[in-house]
Amino acid sequence: MAKTIKDHQQTKKAIGWDGKTLKQMRREMNDISKETGHYAGLRTLPFKETDPIRFEKIYSKLRGGVVHARETAKKVAASPIVEQEGELCFSLYTPEADSIVTSTGIIIHVGTMGAAIKFMIENDYEDNPGINDKDIFCNNDNHVGNVHTCDVHTLVPIFWEGEVVGWAGGVTHVIDTGASAPGSMPMGPVQRYDDGYQVTCRKIGQNDTLSKDWILESTRSVRAVKYWTLDEKTRIAGCHMIRDLVLDVIKEEGVDNYKQFIREIIEDGRRGFVNQVKTMLIPGKYRQASFVDIPFKDLDLPSFAKLNTIIHTPSEITVHKDAKLEIDFEGANRWGWHPFNATPVSITSGIWVMLSQTLVPNDRINDGAYYASKFGIPYGSWFNPDDIRSAHSNTWHALVAAWSPLWRGLSRAYFGRGYLEEVNAGNAHTSNWLMGGGYDQYGQLSAMNSFETSSCGVGASAVQDGISHSAALWNPEGDMGDMEIWELLEPLIFLGRQILPGSGGAGKYRGGNGWQSLRLGWGAKEWTMFVAGAGVMATDCGLMGGYPASSGYRFQANKTNIKERIAKGLPLPLGGDVDPDNPIYEDNMEAEVIHRDRQAVSTQEQFGDYDVIMNYLRGGPGFGDPLERNPKQVESDLNEKYILLRYAEQVYGCVFVEENGVYTVDLKATEEKRKEIRKQRLERSQPVKEWMQEERTKIMNEDASIQVRHMYAQSFALSEKFTDEFKDFWNIPEEWMIYEDDLGVPTLGAHINRFKQKK
Amino acid sequence: MAKYDKKRINELIEGTLEFYQLKEMMSSHKDPERFELYREVLQDRVSWDDPILLPYGLHLYIVQKANGDRIVKCDCGHEFCDYKENWKLHARIFVRDTEEKMNEIYPKLMSPDPEWQVIREYYCPNCAAQLEVEAVPPWYPIILDFEPDIDTFYKEWIKKPLPKA
Ligand SMILES: [Zn+2]
Repeated sequence: MAKTIKDHQQTKKAIGWDGKTLKQMRREMNDISKETGHYAGLRTLPFKETDPIRFEKIYSKLRGGVVHARETAKKVAASPIVEQEGELCFSLYTPEADSIVTSTGIIIHVGTMGAAIKFMIENDYEDNPGINDKDIFCNNDNHVGNVHTCDVHTLVPIFWEGEVVGWAGGVTHVIDTGASAPGSMPMGPVQRYDDGYQVTCRKIGQNDTLSKDWILESTRSVRAVKYWTLDEKTRIAGCHMIRDLVLDVIKEEGVDNYKQFIREIIEDGRRGFVNQVKTMLIPGKYRQASFVDIPFKDLDLPSFAKLNTIIHTPSEITVHKDAKLEIDFEGANRWGWHPFNATPVSITSGIWVMLSQTLVPNDRINDGAYYASKFGIPYGSWFNPDDIRSAHSNTWHALVAAWSPLWRGLSRAYFGRGYLEEVNAGNAHTSNWLMGGGYDQYGQLSAMNSFETSSCGVGASAVQDGISHSAALWNPEGDMGDMEIWELLEPLIFLGRQILPGSGGAGKYRGGNGWQSLRLGWGAKEWTMFVAGAGVMATDCGLMGGYPASSGYRFQANKTNIKERIAKGLPLPLGGDVDPDNPIYEDNMEAEVIHRDRQAVSTQEQFGDYDVIMNYLRGGPGFGDPLERNPKQVESDLNEKYILLRYAEQVYGCVFVEENGVYTVDLKATEEKRKEIRKQRLERSQPVKEWMQEERTKIMNEDASIQVRHMYAQSFALSEKFTDEFKDFWNIPEEWMIYEDDLGVPTLGAHINRFKQKK
Repeated sequence: MAKYDKKRINELIEGTLEFYQLKEMMSSHKDPERFELYREVLQDRVSWDDPILLPYGLHLYIVQKANGDRIVKCDCGHEFCDYKENWKLHARIFVRDTEEKMNEIYPKLMSPDPEWQVIREYYCPNCAAQLEVEAVPPWYPIILDFEPDIDTFYKEWIKKPLPKA
């Protein structure tokens, strides 16, 4: 009888445990974990329970080793994003790609690298191209589950006596990956084919050596080659350190103990997570929503992408009786022709980034937490596109907005239980991202992405103000970097950095303020620049009476007379645009083109010497009624220029006496003024039920801007539940409906449509 | 495991703790008796006698009435509705839906554009406290922020009897 392919495959020794393939191991792990509710079916933890010290010793060695690998390997990199900002991460996985321990850094990639390994397992890489000791794999394919193209993964299998005992994974945020516009999170891409050089889980090296064809192809596909190359060496160095570490642990502890350990530590992670939920939260449902503007109508883009719309992300957190945490995003709207789409893995992995800063603030976070939770990710939505053409290059734009309200939801539980010190009104939208590229001041083909965004304002808590200009949701150890260093790396000189008054949301406790930096073009050739910020919408609400943080805008001036002004010794625009109602930049220069508007996303524009561009880093939302803020704190905010006088008066209801530019609050007059404002509130407001009748009439008349109607039409087309709840809330008749097709805007790629499916 | 007294929890509520004290509270393992202590401190702070079942927001509480009802109540004494309903529907509302109204709170260009998004302020009809602020596009259904499962919380999670009126 002729040999079948199956027979042939069976003659090759499987690389999994006990003669299994990795694919078999993956399936069995899923089945038994689901069936028993315990990772790997572990109802007890015999190793941990009988020899806890040894168990902890192994944990500490692995965790310490992975952190050490990150710290050491990052010295190899040249990229400021990696070396200065620490945008890299390493993780150790089981053979079937569950994470065991993770380093510090951008830990969102615990999930994305796991997704890449799972993709290889699912696609039978064991047979072709083969998974062998000392192989090196690379992935950055968005649709495999990456966050965005610039996050490049290096994956190395770890073998012990012919068996895969695990995987080491490393990721860095690479400054340029050859998209249609320069920078790591470019504006311009609207489809996958614009997103840059995408590598789909490719074997790029054997015997610990990179293939020459890989080196040549990859370095010819990206702009800033130096950063690409050194980032790759960083990732490989870290993965090999982790591989050595694991092999040392196995030599010392024995392979069977290691195998038992990696199962138990994940189940231990799952139990730890459940315990935290029970300690910190309250069972029940928590609802919130976020919105991001897509003002693309007038941008230089393909016609099908030129429309104004809104990314809608409602979320419902359910804390179940058994402390299982479920997050459902039903009602989210459609993916679109913009670079802000995401994959399910990136939104759920990012939730771990968030949870590790609030609910589980310890180093024990691994895939155990994943097994203790459940996510509802609607197919066809912006974070689960039903089309491989979707672009993802600037997915953080939407993800940051989607995550922030979850923090607000959890805070209602912390508030209820009295853990006021944990309450956080939400997070800043970390933008505008200031990006560009071309030939830099050294004549090198290069790109830049300003990571000043890592120092935005933090949301207020229930007991203190949010910290100003200090952190990002994705990087709690934010560092804005020294101006002198950025000037060495980027062809832009600083005309100042300044706190932006009023950028943090007002409240009893104020959201942390954001700030602005003003940059002057210098020394580049054929250089372009653009920004990517949330503009016309606040991406989150405030909490319990606090206001949302300010939304964004842009300032840019091209072909200025700054050169002449310097020669004549005349004043220049300097520092922040501290009061946009009374702008002063324009008083100190002339320019052929000035963009001072709400168009906070733009596409590449030529940028030369003496051109000026502002970076605006957002503040965080506020907590509680601003009229309850301690007047002395308002006084201090005013004198330290965290707020403007007129808002100290009308939002905070304070009255001041000024002497030599120093304000002192008049407590008695403040008390009177606050009483007066409360009276005005009751006078100018109306009962909610009365207002609802007026709003209902507007809905019945379809009275709203096209972008608002488009957002609802998309959510209606994807979700029956959202539609029903909407109609039920407003008491709207069955026949009323808004369809995407009737709005006169492009609908290319709008596949899933429950109205069409019904017909 | 940390342990705090009523005085400390009252200072936490007042917002008068120093950062180093807050930092210590954040970094320590949570004190399991916090909820009971907090509930008692809050009960002492309000002027009415209905037992607090759950603090529901700044100024808002879910309280137990003698007739068995569970009501959302403001610390000023105003009673909104049953706790299963959305209290916002029984509040007063002011919607910032023009540039002018936005500019009262934010400098030019720093507020949402009302064509895209409005700001809804919900006030207590009695004391006029601003209890919640929503930033949503026009037409957005009023969000029911939080539906706690109070019975499971008391009976199965903290294993304490429900306060009785
Ligand atoms: Zn009240």
